[in-house]
Amino acid sequence: MLLKSKDVLGLYDMPAQDINLILESAATMKQLLLQNAKKMPHLQGKSIVSLFYENSTRTRLSFELAAKYLGGTFSNLGVSSSSVNKGETLLDTGRTIEAMGADIVVIRHQLSGAPKFLAERVSAGVINAGDGTHEHPTQALLDIFTMKERFGGLAGLKVTIIGDISHSRVARSNLWGLSKLGAEVTLCGMETMMPPAIEKSGARVTHDPEEALKGADVVMALRIQKERLEGGLLPSAREYHNFFGINENALMKCKKGVLIMHPGPVNRGVELSSAVVDSKSSVINEQVTNGVAVRMALLYLLTRRKSNEN
Amino acid sequence: MRIKITGGDIVNPAGDAKGRLDILIEDGVIIGTGTGLGGADVVIDASGKKVFPGFIDLHCHLRDPGQEYKEDIISGAKAAAKGGFSAVCCMPNTSPVIDNAAVLSYVQKKAELADVKVYPVGAATKGLMGKELTEMGEMAALGCVAFSDDGRPIENGAMMKTAMLYAATYGRFIMSHAECPDLKAGGVMNEGYHSTVLGLPGISRTAEEAMIARDVLLAREYGLRVHIQHVSTKGGVEIIRNAKAQGVRVTCESAPHYFSGDDSMCLGYDARAKVYPPLRTKEDAEAVKEGLLDGTIDAIATDHAPHHRDEKEIEFMLAAFGISGFETAFSLAVTNLTRDCDALARLLSLNPAKIIGKPGGVIKPGVPADITVADMDKEYVLKEEDMVSKGKNSPFIGQKLKGVVTHTITDGKIVYGGE
Repeated sequence: MLLKSKDVLGLYDMPAQDINLILESAATMKQLLLQNAKKMPHLQGKSIVSLFYENSTRTRLSFELAAKYLGGTFSNLGVSSSSVNKGETLLDTGRTIEAMGADIVVIRHQLSGAPKFLAERVSAGVINAGDGTHEHPTQALLDIFTMKERFGGLAGLKVTIIGDISHSRVARSNLWGLSKLGAEVTLCGMETMMPPAIEKSGARVTHDPEEALKGADVVMALRIQKERLEGGLLPSAREYHNFFGINENALMKCKKGVLIMHPGPVNRGVELSSAVVDSKSSVINEQVTNGVAVRMALLYLLTRRKSNEN
Repeated sequence: MRIKITGGDIVNPAGDAKGRLDILIEDGVIIGTGTGLGGADVVIDASGKKVFPGFIDLHCHLRDPGQEYKEDIISGAKAAAKGGFSAVCCMPNTSPVIDNAAVLSYVQKKAELADVKVYPVGAATKGLMGKELTEMGEMAALGCVAFSDDGRPIENGAMMKTAMLYAATYGRFIMSHAECPDLKAGGVMNEGYHSTVLGLPGISRTAEEAMIARDVLLAREYGLRVHIQHVSTKGGVEIIRNAKAQGVRVTCESAPHYFSGDDSMCLGYDARAKVYPPLRTKEDAEAVKEGLLDGTIDAIATDHAPHHRDEKEIEFMLAAFGISGFETAFSLAVTNLTRDCDALARLLSLNPAKIIGKPGGVIKPGVPADITVADMDKEYVLKEEDMVSKGKNSPFIGQKLKGVVTHTITDGKIVYGGE
């Protein structure tokens, strides 16, 4: 089984079959990780280059470890966001990396659509590590993997995503992926944080956290970005926490066995109270481990596809 | 030199000569219509074709001076001629801006060598900054047909009012790029489900409609003329329809892409579909069509906005706004709007001529020989390599279109076709 596309750009366009293939492969990778096998040959002779136009330590490290555990060469090209507006274009940067022999380019970019733009113009596989407010497919895949691991399947699973949906690429990727696999998604947040016409996606949309939490198998809280506060979409972090933050009281009202998830890093006391972050319901650290497994699977599947082509 | 156009069907909503008649042109002027008009030096066989009064574009960007790498007056005019236009109104957002007699004279001087007539629209405010009036009196005397800060709105309402009043002094009017910058707020496409899927900041309809409403109210209160540019929304059409019913002196235009496309064309981050105002929804496109056909929208204007390849072959968020429109306007109108030739003649020729107060829009003896000959049934697939404009930025490339301009005559000169 091979992935349909040479790239992983988002879950909106990814067939359910491919999502399942990635989840299966990730399960194998996780087994290897748990056996402490961190020098495997899957990516031997393969070159992975990361291109992060936006700061991220966790995601980049996760990709780097995934590549290295599988024996691949991982290099990071240091680019700052300022280089977008001066000097080299993304197109030229991408082509340069390719000319140097990269098999996979992992890109994070503040502009929605930048990874797709690059992917259409290079033969290397491109993995979107988060683009603007568009998608963050590897995060959603690790989230979905975590849910599947806990619940066995996704059909009929009730997943509530709470927070700034509008600016969240994590929410979008999860929404598209989960919907394809049969989960029931509820989106909850203040109206300034709901993207236009989102109800067309088929998700349930509510402004009432109590209603959103009730009966949910999974509650995913999104990070509130400081710039949203500064941008005036939200009067204060305090008001956010009072209405949409999840504290012990809210957690007690949730279904027994509920999973609390967060893409990290958490603003303690804003999206989640510290007690909730550290509670038994929280699988935030598990998500991080699974992130490495999922990225190992993706790198493996994409390079295998590429070898098959050659 | 005498030119005779023979065998075609004359489309002439404002003139007496209609149907299967010949046209005789001498020294740049139509000297006769009818049959048995005698010989000519050049005969254009228009059999099976429609013969329109030359098209007039109320809205285009020739990028000259300053951005000749995108387009220049000569190349733009060539593309306009290919699209059937014998005259075009060019917007002043050049570099430097057409906000004084010197820059205006440069444009007019260069336009003497162009294939089509160029009617410059002068800037309403200096540098398009929305702060100080330009010397509209002098520019009007030199030939500016209207004034506009196109590319941006005159954001300050008091400034808009002043500009409208001042332009009226010289028998001119403001062409308004209706957009509230605060509501546009960094948006790059229509606000809706597609912008949500793409994760791109959207532009609401209100950003356009609120400004249309303001301008219409100013026109109503002071009894002034105003022309609304590139209407793209259902609500915008409704505001103008209501205003016209009340007798407000408002005219308006829409561009072919607003009735031929919608925001789904942005899917896949196709920057060729990035334009301001943005491509809206199918419902808006239908409302624009309805407006064009019921007379609410007076004219089809191209808003020809050529850009260099590098400005479109880039991340969607960074790509330039605009569509290269001269060469596809007629085909898009025939394909997507109507095959009613009288309606096309009104929208592309008669009404634009009336709005700017220039000759045109009618075929009769004694008027400048501006004629467009078109084959209504010919189909073709739009290809980038066939476009003569320097700007190949069209989201309609690859689409099958119907209706082709075969000849364009400007002041009695065959500027397109005939070889």
